[in-house]
Amino acid sequence: MLLRHTPKEMTERQALTINPAKTCQPIGAMYAALGIHGCLPHSHGSQGCCAYHRSTLTRHYKEPIAAATSSFTEGASVFGGQANLLQAIHNIFTVYEPEVIAVHTTCLSETIGDDLKQIKRKAEEEGKIPKGKHVIGANTPSYVGSHVSGFASMTKAMAMCAQRTGKKNGRVNIIPGWVEPADMEELKRLTDLMGVKTILFPDTSGVLNGPLSGEYQMFPQGGVTMAELMACGDSTGTLALGEWCSADAARWLDANCKVPCKVLEMPFGLAATDRFIDALRTVAGVAVPEAIIHERGQLVDLISDMHQYLFHKKVALVGDPDQLIAMTEFLVSLDLWPVHVVTGTPGAKFEARIRELTREVPCPVNVRAGGDMFLLHQWIKNEPVDLLVGNTYCKYIARDEDIPYLRWGFPILDRQGHQYFPTVAYKGALRLLEKILGVLMDRQDRDAPEQSFELVM
Amino acid sequence: MATPMSQPASPADVKAELLKRYPAKVARKRAKQILINEAQENETPEILANVRTIPGIITMRGCTYAGCKGVVLGPSRDIVNITHGPIGCGFYSWLTRRNQTDAGPDGENYMTYCFSTDMQDSDIIFGGEKKLAAAIQEAYDLFHPKAIAVFATCPVGLIGDDIHTVAKRMKEKFGDCNVFAFSCEGYKGVSQSAGHHIANNQLFRHIVGVNDAPKEGRFKINLLGEYNIGGDGFEIDRILKKCGITCLATFSGNSTYDQFASSHQADLNAVMCHRSINYVADMLETRFGIPWIKVNFIGAQATAKSLRKIAQYFGDQELLARVEAVIAEEMPAVEKVQAEVLPRTSGKTAMLFVGGSRAHHYQELFAEMGMKTISAGYEFAHRDDYEGRQVLPHLEVDADSRNIEEIEVTADPGRFQPRKKPEEVQALEAAGYRFKHYDGMIPEMDRGTLVVDDLNQYEAEKLVQILKPDIFCAGIKEKYSIQKLGVPMKQLHSYDSGGPYAGFAGAINFYREIDRLVNSKVWGYMQAPWQKNPQLSATFGWE
Ligand code: SF4
Ligand code: SF4
Repeated sequence: MLLRHTPKEMTERQALTINPAKTCQPIGAMYAALGIHGCLPHSHGSQGCCAYHRSTLTRHYKEPIAAATSSFTEGASVFGGQANLLQAIHNIFTVYEPEVIAVHTTCLSETIGDDLKQIKRKAEEEGKIPKGKHVIGANTPSYVGSHVSGFASMTKAMAMCAQRTGKKNGRVNIIPGWVEPADMEELKRLTDLMGVKTILFPDTSGVLNGPLSGEYQMFPQGGVTMAELMACGDSTGTLALGEWCSADAARWLDANCKVPCKVLEMPFGLAATDRFIDALRTVAGVAVPEAIIHERGQLVDLISDMHQYLFHKKVALVGDPDQLIAMTEFLVSLDLWPVHVVTGTPGAKFEARIRELTREVPCPVNVRAGGDMFLLHQWIKNEPVDLLVGNTYCKYIARDEDIPYLRWGFPILDRQGHQYFPTVAYKGALRLLEKILGVLMDRQDRDAPEQSFELVM
Repeated sequence: MATPMSQPASPADVKAELLKRYPAKVARKRAKQILINEAQENETPEILANVRTIPGIITMRGCTYAGCKGVVLGPSRDIVNITHGPIGCGFYSWLTRRNQTDAGPDGENYMTYCFSTDMQDSDIIFGGEKKLAAAIQEAYDLFHPKAIAVFATCPVGLIGDDIHTVAKRMKEKFGDCNVFAFSCEGYKGVSQSAGHHIANNQLFRHIVGVNDAPKEGRFKINLLGEYNIGGDGFEIDRILKKCGITCLATFSGNSTYDQFASSHQADLNAVMCHRSINYVADMLETRFGIPWIKVNFIGAQATAKSLRKIAQYFGDQELLARVEAVIAEEMPAVEKVQAEVLPRTSGKTAMLFVGGSRAHHYQELFAEMGMKTISAGYEFAHRDDYEGRQVLPHLEVDADSRNIEEIEVTADPGRFQPRKKPEEVQALEAAGYRFKHYDGMIPEMDRGTLVVDDLNQYEAEKLVQILKPDIFCAGIKEKYSIQKLGVPMKQLHSYDSGGPYAGFAGAINFYREIDRLVNSKVWGYMQAPWQKNPQLSATFGWE
């Protein structure tokens, strides 16, 4: 028993978080920034934060994660970090030659009160930003929100690069939210199939699932370009996927550039993908091609084929709000019962939406925004489940409680594939479903007595 | 286009190439941290180390908190370690170092848990002391641990939470649970190193020596600076036990509160990682009279040598014989695998850029495989780790080091007891035995090798491109950028996979692992056949 000290009896905790189901804002900002072509993320604070964020992203994506830091020591913490950042900007443009530096703050620089805008102005005045190069910034104090809101802040900073010319460019902005590089690739494949020209941001495909070729490129081919970001104020409309990750950026473009936006849930599973395709078709004024209808049909086919293994199974889930909402809907649509749902990210809307999605589930459903995995584990001890869905840290619960387990979310430190195989849209749903069936059927095989161990299940 | 056959680059050329691109100020500083190893009239050349990282230059370093909570206290199993701060720091240091634990018969193990006060903006504005006290109380009520430790993150120091007073108050309130705190804010010092020092100080101040109940064992030692990554500590324990040596405490792999509390009863301290723990070794000597020696259990020969050194210290014939018997028993299996891999590994080259002592220790293992270390350096070492402890009196104390407390330690009036009589010490020293000494890495490296302190991403890439090592060793952040260059990379901070690599069984594991890495077919797949020969020169047709 690796989590042997977790008691079944529940007690309310006011102050102590145990086994968090979230992490801090800057890592989200760093991931988003990697989705800009030629961008070096920069962490304004002590170097430890940057080291931690790079390590965690590296372990998850299994790719080099380059990011710089202001390397605060005690002096900077007392006198402010302006000198460090100015020096950093100069060094970065000289040594690494990025197109853009995306600065995010940490709890340290936020507590001191460093003003990114003012420091950037100073850097411009001092000629530290070469012509044609850019510095963008986002405020990401880690004592607010979570990695998810950090991602949203940097995504919004990207939207704020928009330079409205007043002439529409006929493109649709798609803000995919915190999904895997493979998911971003899949969204591009679908929009290509639909014949819709898009600006997708951030876009980490090609950046964080690159080839091994004997060359290291700090700035690989992928990513949304600064030119595209500057053009996104001239798009026909914006589809923002996920209220938590993407809505801020979309609403900013709507308010400031008159690009109308629609905030959708992330397209995981059947219904959410249907809504996404429908919205895309409407905003772009195109018809849905046969190929996509075909993919959808394949998903429905698999659901009907395998339904007997899913029906009325209980599930516990932990992860990030946008993903969890879509996943919960998908599971309910498969006739599974999500009974415990936890996100570490705060937000009352989350609990309300999960309640709505699970209103037909005929047993009590526990939901918590701002919860932790210790709580989830206690809930499971009190009401066992047939399936656990969450990031790698769930493996301890899965082992202790002997529950079939689907690795999904962030971070996944001990498996490969998430950066290559999408889980969004119909194809992604096929994969999710295949994985769920895999763990459930493996368990059935494992537990079957010899007489009922069957070749054809 | 065919490139002309180039001369092997001279170390001076390599150094110049590493510095070429930097702004002048950066180049000037880095030049002192990059050293060409050439003996200078019997003196080890001097390197600049333990100085600030340059803002904007992508560093391999972490922070003080990482050194304190992550490295030193992280591997202790029955202490509830609470990170006081926003959620991130605690989250990232949660199980990521591959420190293995065994919950033991008492069943206490909190290492799989992550505890944090998850500070919110109201805590930053109004102060986090109340929340910290409540969190400690909740941890106590839930688990009733023997000890609760508190670690400060960056904002805590800024807003001025008095974590030590909170800890003291809670300790008094509980009576049966030791509560202590570490002011290990990430901005203190210039790297993890400051965190080790802070961890050492507080361990010594709050735990070491609090349990006088006698511990059994004829030859009692502590193992310092061993963190049980990938099970290294388990393998060393196995060997020590086999030799009849009792390890009272490991600082801090798979350690318990009581091990620290009783560690003053040992008769010898064996120091593995000099950088992270030499402070505790010195303090134990001053207060209790326990001498310390430098050992190394990385590499089969190094392990044998270290065992002999420990046995020699005790000078007991039975022990000396037992150690020889164990070595004789263990070595054949090692030699068998060594002989297997040697034809495939010898003549190959390695680069090692790891935190502290590991960049030195692992060179022994590579040497056993006939592999040469052509460049190495530490992430957060000080000059003594490079040049040897004799430089200690000459070290300048800069502003960043001055921030780290030096605690006054004096002989314990009741419990100080020199473990060896002066004449015994003299006799041992006359026989070439060295107490309290570390020669550092540089003297053991070949002439003309490059020693680089605080290597960064840019220089790493250049080094690899110019010198083309067969293997590169560093940490997770470096792993994939090196591998993209077509060079296998082995993590040696917290091994990316596998282990143990310490001791005899560990040497076998490491030989196999390195053989696998340097001889993997995958490094030959970088280019497709048509890329290797892009001109359509072949004749058409299938004949
Ligand atoms: S919580 Fe704050 S100090 Fe900790 S890693 Fe995140 S940004 Fe850094
Ligand atoms: S790698 Fe070595 S020097 Fe670094 S912390 Fe670990 S044991 Fe210490």
